[in-house]
Amino acid sequence: MSADLVIARPGLSSTLQDFGRFGYQRFGISGSGAMDVVAMRIANRLVGNAPGAAAIEMTMTGFSATVAGGDCLLAVAGAEMPVAINGRRAEGWRSFLLHDGDRIEIGAAAAGVYAYVAAAGGFAVAPTLGSQSTHSRSGIGGFEGRALRTGDRLPVVGASAGDECSLPADRRPRYDGPIRVVRGPQDDKFTPAGIATFLNSGYSITNRTDRMGAQLEGPAIEHADGFNIVSDGIVNGSIQVPGNGRPLVLLADRQTTGGYPKIATIIGADLPKIAQRRPGEAVRFVAVNVAEAVEAARERERALEAALDSIRRVAFAASDLSAERLLSVNLIAGVCSALD
Amino acid sequence: MIEGWAPPRLLDAGDGGLVVEFGDDVDEGVNMRVVALGSAIEALGLAGLKEVVPTYRSLLLVYDPLTLAPDRLRAEVGALQARASQREDNCAALGSSAVPERTDESRAIWRVPVLYGGEHGVDLDHVAALHDLSSDEAIALHSSAIYRVHMIGFAPGFAYLGGLPEALHTSRRADPRPRTPPRSVSIGGRQAAVSPPLEVPSGWRLLGQTPVRSYDPTRNGRPFLFEAGDRIRFEPISAREYERLCRAAEAGEIVAEREAAL
Repeated sequence: MSADLVIARPGLSSTLQDFGRFGYQRFGISGSGAMDVVAMRIANRLVGNAPGAAAIEMTMTGFSATVAGGDCLLAVAGAEMPVAINGRRAEGWRSFLLHDGDRIEIGAAAAGVYAYVAAAGGFAVAPTLGSQSTHSRSGIGGFEGRALRTGDRLPVVGASAGDECSLPADRRPRYDGPIRVVRGPQDDKFTPAGIATFLNSGYSITNRTDRMGAQLEGPAIEHADGFNIVSDGIVNGSIQVPGNGRPLVLLADRQTTGGYPKIATIIGADLPKIAQRRPGEAVRFVAVNVAEAVEAARERERALEAALDSIRRVAFAASDLSAERLLSVNLIAGVCSALD
Repeated sequence: MIEGWAPPRLLDAGDGGLVVEFGDDVDEGVNMRVVALGSAIEALGLAGLKEVVPTYRSLLLVYDPLTLAPDRLRAEVGALQARASQREDNCAALGSSAVPERTDESRAIWRVPVLYGGEHGVDLDHVAALHDLSSDEAIALHSSAIYRVHMIGFAPGFAYLGGLPEALHTSRRADPRPRTPPRSVSIGGRQAAVSPPLEVPSGWRLLGQTPVRSYDPTRNGRPFLFEAGDRIRFEPISAREYERLCRAAEAGEIVAEREAAL
């Protein structure tokens, strides 16, 4: 039997996202998609979904919702947001089997920005142009083309809810360290001093940061010859430098073309890192070549696969952790079942 | 001897993007090469190629580097370019000024109806006055030209057009408007544009409004009308006709007519 998630408190900005909407950038459509695909894939594996099933992406603060109409296996992964099931505190990076009337509450992130809630079977919203990702600015995809609101009933695809699982703490992805970039495509529009400023300075994320892009604060980067170019295409991770010399990192919901020179591009493997960095936090860039960037992508894939393979069933359902239940069950059997 | 074209520059946009840059200015010949290469690379059906994005003067290819190796993509682009420039040399040797793009002559000319002036094009009278024209003369000029879609970008379905008659070249507004009416027909500098049915921010001069929805995600089988390389001609219409076509467009009709290609 299928269930609905009834939103009681939507959080700052909670949108459905999958891997993104591809093939339409030539028509002016942003790719959108999860800001942290690694966390989204882990959330999906925790409920037994395909890696690219749409999940709810939460921003800085999570949502609260009640399950209505049936059972529902939900997982939370990504930024460190506190989770409570029926008022009882629970860990993230794991899945929870909820029943009709159960409540999940997800709070403000202690670290990171984006966290994901995946539901076994996925969410039943019709794809737009081949994707369930929400692009709020153009009002397409996701739940009615917008962020979730109080009272929304988000239908979960009726699937047999599976076992609760968790990701071992030592397998959680790391988001610290410098951000690797490949120089260009328009690094020739900057002076050598400008490029040195970019690579050798500390920048910080400002609060003018969202799914479209991250505005950075720090030393101004010197252009070689003006700062207007004839508009061309922009990829996820392009770093534009407009006239004020401050880098602007363009992300999933970016506009598709732009007319400022792009000094460098963040490598694919490090996109989740920049996405999870909060306003006020530091950013340093380090240049790599394309071959090194591809090797980093391969390495990230290996690490993620190893993490996904380490996911195990948990011994006790979160909703069963009452004292009476603990006293009544055979603890040894529980431990064994966690290892099989 | 006709001078050959410099080969395009291949520029990396990280480990998932390749920019093929044919020039650094707005130029019809450059844009034709961009669109032609885009069609040719698409026809290869390369696994791992996620986006082919033609813009004014460069082609952006977005790819998954773990499926399509960067060197392989560069080699494919290089081979297609070698063939294209060979074809252009042959044309030049034959004294032909034929456009180098195979597909270009078969492309549609869209006839796009426009209600000019008034609340639908608040800058028309000002633009006409700037050029010592009557408003009717400005309309006649704007609707006499055949425009080429250089690229779609900035917002879903927003079409950047080349081919604006020189007598209408007009600098952009110093203070861009945070919202402009949906489906605006506008000009900026040497360019013209058609807005999608969205209230986009713009500093361009608004001449009119079309009932045509260049983008409609709910329209069956045809969410987008125009693409880079298409051509457009504007046709002045009355307020009554505008209302009628708006209703038809709301019901899912395209309302822009396709003329037979030249």
